Order: sequence, then C-alpha cells, then structure tokens
Amino acid sequence: MAEFWIVDFVPLLAASLSALACALVGNLLILTRRAMAADALSHAVVPGVVVAVAITGLSGSIVVLAGGLAAAFAASGLVAFLIRAGRVEPGTALGVVFTTFFAFGILVLEWTGLSRTGFDIHHVVTGYLEGLIWVSRDPGGTAGFFQSLMDLPQVVFELALVLVLVAAILAAFRKEFALLAFDPVFARASGLPVGLLEAALLTATALACTAAFKSVGVVLAVAMIVCPAATARLLTTRLSHQMALSAAIALATVFAGYAAAVFGPRLFGSALALNAAGTIGAMAGLALAATAALRARG
Amino acid sequence: MDRLAITPPEALAPAIGHLAVVGLSVAYRGVPVLSDVTWSAPASGLTAIVGPNGAGKSTLIKAILGLVPSTGRVTIGGRSVDAMRDATAYVPQRATVDWDFPATALDVVLQGMVREPGWFRGYGRARRERALALLDRVGLADLASRQIGQMSGGQQQRVFLARGLARNAAILFLDEPLAGVDAASERIILDVFDTLDRDGRLVVCVHHDLGTVSERFADVLVLNKTVIAAGPVALAFTPQNLARAYGVPLTV
Amino acid sequence: MDAITAQLLAVVTFQAGFNTTVVMLGAAALGCAAGAAGTFAMLRRRALVSDAVAHGTLPGIAAAFLLAALLGRAPREAGWLMGGAGIAALISLLAIEWLGRRPRVGPDTATAAVLAAGFGLGLALMSVVQTLAVGRQAGLESLLFGSAAGMLPGEAQMMAVLAVFVLVVIALLLKEFSAVAFDPDFAATVGLPVARLDALVALVCAVVVVAALPIAGFVLAVALVVIPPAAARFWSDRAGTVVAVAAAIGAVSAFAGAALSAVLKDTPTGPAIVLVAALLFTLSLVFGRARGLLRGTG
Repeated sequence: MAEFWIVDFVPLLAASLSALACALVGNLLILTRRAMAADALSHAVVPGVVVAVAITGLSGSIVVLAGGLAAAFAASGLVAFLIRAGRVEPGTALGVVFTTFFAFGILVLEWTGLSRTGFDIHHVVTGYLEGLIWVSRDPGGTAGFFQSLMDLPQVVFELALVLVLVAAILAAFRKEFALLAFDPVFARASGLPVGLLEAALLTATALACTAAFKSVGVVLAVAMIVCPAATARLLTTRLSHQMALSAAIALATVFAGYAAAVFGPRLFGSALALNAAGTIGAMAGLALAATAALRARG
Repeated sequence: MDRLAITPPEALAPAIGHLAVVGLSVAYRGVPVLSDVTWSAPASGLTAIVGPNGAGKSTLIKAILGLVPSTGRVTIGGRSVDAMRDATAYVPQRATVDWDFPATALDVVLQGMVREPGWFRGYGRARRERALALLDRVGLADLASRQIGQMSGGQQQRVFLARGLARNAAILFLDEPLAGVDAASERIILDVFDTLDRDGRLVVCVHHDLGTVSERFADVLVLNKTVIAAGPVALAFTPQNLARAYGVPLTV
Repeated sequence: MDAITAQLLAVVTFQAGFNTTVVMLGAAALGCAAGAAGTFAMLRRRALVSDAVAHGTLPGIAAAFLLAALLGRAPREAGWLMGGAGIAALISLLAIEWLGRRPRVGPDTATAAVLAAGFGLGLALMSVVQTLAVGRQAGLESLLFGSAAGMLPGEAQMMAVLAVFVLVVIALLLKEFSAVAFDPDFAATVGLPVARLDALVALVCAVVVVAALPIAGFVLAVALVVIPPAAARFWSDRAGTVVAVAAAIGAVSAFAGAALSAVLKDTPTGPAIVLVAALLFTLSLVFGRARGLLRGTG
C-alpha cells in the first residue's frame, strides 16, 4: 500500500487532472473541427515555455504557463494571418506554423543547454508520468497526511490550478460557447464579442496543453482532448450530457490505461511497466474506435 | 400566442427608425460582388430581395449586418448597425451549420436570447418557456427536445425562424427561408410573416421564386450586383426591371 | 566560425566522406519527392493526414523491432524498421479513413485520434523495446527528432530509392493528380477514378513520410510534405509549376538542413531542416510572384 502512495498515486492524480481539463475543452474543439488545431497548439506552446524558462532562469508555474500562453497566441495569430493575408489552406497553415515553432523550441533547448539541466524534450513528447513520485515524510500515514501534501510535485498543483481555470472559463461562457460552436455567423449577428470568446477558448486550450506537457506529455494531452469528447459525442446528442460523459470517459481511460501499463506485462510474467502516458492514450483511442464500431452496427 | 414580442411591437418601428443603405460595395479578392448599392427600406412590412444567381442577394444581407467587409454606409434610424444590433435578427440559410451538432430544437431557439441574461448566467426558466412558446408558434412544440439533425428540412428552417424571432427584433433578415421546404412548413412560415407584418416589423427576405413575389410581399428590391429597382411591388416588380436584372426578357 | 564555414563548405561539396555524401544526397532526393507529393495533399486539403501517419508508424517500428529480436535478427537493419513503419502507416491511413467516415466523427477528429492513440501505443511498445539488450540501439531518441549523422548507408540508399519511386509515380500521373486536386467533381464527371487517385496520393505521401523518419523524426516529418508546397504556392497558380517549385524547395531544405546539422553542434537534423524550410517559406510569403504579400491581391 505504501508503494501505491509513493509510486502510483501521483501519476494517477496528475493524469486525471490533466485528462479532465483536456477532455472538457476538447468538447468545444471537436465540435468546431479543430482537433488537429489542438494537436498543433499542443506542440506550438513548447518554444514559449522553453524561451520563458531560458530568459527568466525560473521554471515556476507562472513562468511556464505564461510562456505557453504567449506562444499559443503568437501561433494562432500567425495561422490566422497566413490564412487571411497569405491565402494558405487552413490545415497547411497549421502544419507550417506548428512544425516551425516546435523546431525552434528544440533548437533553443539544445543551444542554451537547458536540455542537459533537467528539461528533457523527449519527455515533453512521450510523457513521463513515471517520474512523478511522492517522497512524503509519512507515506500513507493519517497523522501527517496533510503535511505530506506539501511534498507533492509542483506539477500536481499546476495541473489542479489549470483544471480549475479551464472549468471556470467553460462554465462562465457555456451558453456563448455553445452558440459559437454551432453557428458563428449567427453569434456575430447577435452581437456576441466573437473575438474575445475565441481568445477565451484559446486560453483554456493553451493552459490545458501547457500544464500537460512536462510530465503528462503532448501526445497524451492530444489524445485526451480528442478521444473522450469524440466518444461522448457518439453516445449523446445533448452538449451538456456530452461534456459530463467525456469527463467520465477521460477518468475511466486514465485508470484503465494506467492499470494496463502496470499490470499488463505482469500477465506475461514480466516485471517491467509500460509507458503509462502511452497506454492511456492508446486506451482512449481504443474506446473511441470501439464505440464507433458499435454505433455503426447498432 | 399571436404576438411574438414582449416589447409592445407598435412601439418598435418609430423608436428604431428606418434602414438606409448608401453606396454599399463588397468585393471578394478584387472581384466586385456588390457595387454602390443604395436602398432606403420601407418602415415595415414584407420586402423581397430578388435577382439572378450571383447577384449578391445573400451578400447584401451579410454586408448590412456587418458579417462581410464592405465599404459604404448602413444605418438604422441614423445610427450604425453595430449600435443597433438588437434591432436586427438574422435567419441564415440552413446549409451553413453542422446539423449533427449536439443540440435540441429548444437549445437552438434559446441561442436567439444568448445575450439577454448577460454574461455568466443561464437562460432561466422564463426564457425556456418563451423559447417553447416560439417553437409552438412555428408548430414544433412537440419536437422541442429532438436533436436538430433528426428533423426535416422544413422543420429545421422553422427552428431557425423561431431562433430569429427570439431576438425580438424590429428588422428581420432571412436568407431563402422558403427554399426547399415542405408545404406545411411554408404555410407556417408565411403565417409568421403575416404576424410580423401586423406587428409593424420589417421583414427583408431573399427570395428565389419570382412567381410568388406579388402575392406574398408588399415591397421588392431587384438586385444584380447593384440596385436595379426598389419600391412597392406594383411599381418596381415589372417585366422591364426583371429583364434588366436577369438579362433576358421574363414574364411574371 | 571560420572552421564551421570551412566544414560546411566541405559537407555541401561532398568532400566530407562517403557516408555523409550518401546521406546528403538521400536527404535531397527525399526532400524533392516530399515537396512534390505534398503539393497534391495540400491541394486536396489533407496535408495534416501525413502528421498522423508519421506518428502512427511508431507502433509498427516497435513491433518490427520486437519481432526481429524474437527471431534473433539484427533489428537495426533498415528493411525491418521500414517494413514495420510502412505497415503501420498503411493501417493508420485505413483507420483515419474508416473513423473519418463515421457520422459525428469526421476526418479532422479521426486524424487527431489516430495520431495520438497510435503514437501512444507505440510509446507503450517502445518501453518494452528499450529494456532489451539490443533495444538501446533502437534509438528512440534519434527517431523523435531525426539524425542524419546516425544513419547507416543502407538506410540512406533505401531512402533515395523510395524518393525516386515517388517522383516517377508523380511524373507519370501529373495531369490526373492535378485534375483531381483542382476540381474533384469535374474530374469524376470526366471519368477519372477520383477515390483511387486520392488513395494513391495518400499512399505516396505515407511512403515519403516513412522514408523521412530517420532524418526528420516523428514530430517533424510532416513538415517536409507541408512547408515546401505551401511555399511553392506563392510562386505560381499552375499546379505543374507548384509541384516543380515545391520539389526544389524540399530538396534545398533537406540538403541544407542535413548539412547544418552535420556541422553545427547540438543541432538535430529534423529541426534544422524545418527551420531552413520555414525561412524559404517566409521569403516566398513576402516575395512570391503569384500570391506573395508584395504582389497585393492579384
């Protein structure tokens, strides 16, 4: 049991918090056919974080989130500019901008030597939930439980903060977002400040992606933005139900995926554990594919 | 439920003032779509916008509403459309949205009131009931909780109309509301038009069927990239004007 | 700095040894093929499918590695990895196609879901590969961001062969591809097999992306098929010319990127290629004769 608290509890908690934030915002993104835009954004935040950390020499939550947000706005502004002024096809514009941003981020990371001082870009891509261990003063004990909460890795607080922010943004503008996703032209004709709402949605997405990237990983973030919401969309025709269902699916996927990573190999008598971010992502895709197949039949 | 408004409708028109378009031009990538449209709309009643394909009918509505970039001036009672946003309602073409969207008919009608409760508030029960009443007005009360994709084309068009009505606006702009709808839907839509007319509202409607203009509309705007003729149907809807707009002689 | 310049000169004039020369030529040929193939993907608005295909190869590579190890073969042999990657790419394409056709899923969501879930599965399998004795040579590190330096001559040769194959296919079907890309409805009325030609374009792009993995890496391989065509579009309104210019930009980007990566310290090949391509894109955006910003709205 003590081992669970030290080794497994924090990865599960971090993945759950991140999955919830991603899945909630994912509902609006898939309805407006912006799943690939979310993928692009999740990569585009990388140089923002890298540059912010390189310039300030700090890697606190505020620096990381601010850097990610700045890069997200720069990238989506650039994509909009290429589409409008350069008449570039939207998917192509996304591809050009996110690969360029990401390449730039990697080179800054390599050239500043940040990659050798604890900022592993591979973990940004692959996820590194295994690295989140809880070295608490009193593991599992009841007396010191609240004290040892302070020993949780910083990323857990970051993810919790972001989940609260994302949920607050989505709840505050729920009726406006629903209209914007359904009929942006009517939304404008009704006098809604469409630009501000888009910026709020972009902020929520960028926060979810940035918070995810240090240990949860970019790829798991994308899986959680796209798959639970898309699965829920197949199961209900009400937006509010879809959002609730996507959150439940996200959590279930995290637990099932994590269990598969830890216990899967043991079925074959092996002691190793799989990359948990990877198995969770694969599990999310599997849930979507299975649901789509069943719906196609039924 | 004959009256569609909460504001006494007869107070609307004089308070709003009339719609004027002066020198409106729209170009897509250097190609003119509308040039120098000048039009003084009637104070109220039913107005049809007619013209050949590519005449810029839908674009004119969008430009008036500020949905596409344009040059020229559009005013309502002397003020900009942006300032008079809540005097206008827009009923777009059905093809413009994703009908698979997870929303019920009632959800869509409520969208027409999206700004009423203010930020951070739900629609509330009173607005839900009003939306239901509007759905009832277009004959869809029993389909209120049906997903919009599972309705017929005519029913979808009526949901869009109810959403436009929910704006409770003095001026309604409709883009081909009667295109491809069934006879029952058409009858209901025209009946709503009559109510709007009696309420003293202005209904501006892109219309494709020249054969029904005279019986259904009081005024007409004949358009082909610019204004060919405008005014009461009896004066403006003439074979000569239509021939000029369509480029071939037409009999009506 | 002079030393670097001299080194760069040596590399680009093929005086830096046989291996480097083979790799550079292979990269140029591949960049050329990628630019040409990517043009049609862009015109059909399917540029980002290649991103999902690139990520989707990871489980195939991992599986091929495990299979090779199981059979006692040397897994680093190019044939094994390319074969595994190719099969996985094909499966990814089919999965996107199948999922994209499900009602309420759509191509955008399907692409992102396959990308994230496929890569997640690959990451999970890779954690097994890396525990094997031979696994450490698998070099997930170099596959993430690409490394021309780590390439074996056999890989470079295979890359060049695939590039030539792709160029031949495109040359033979140039007018058919162009007709379908410009107006698929019309092409269908003429009697062209639009669906099959579309599938062939997707296949050709997949081949290019798979071949590009060793030098560009999973995350950035898509840039090779996206950025050169987008840049080329600014120079011409004719499909044939766009293909030719895209091929040229692709070749220059891959060649120069590989050269810079060989000479500069801490510079992975993938990001180097992407940034050269992004530079050429920016120049094209500003100065392009057909659609560049300086040409106004002609």
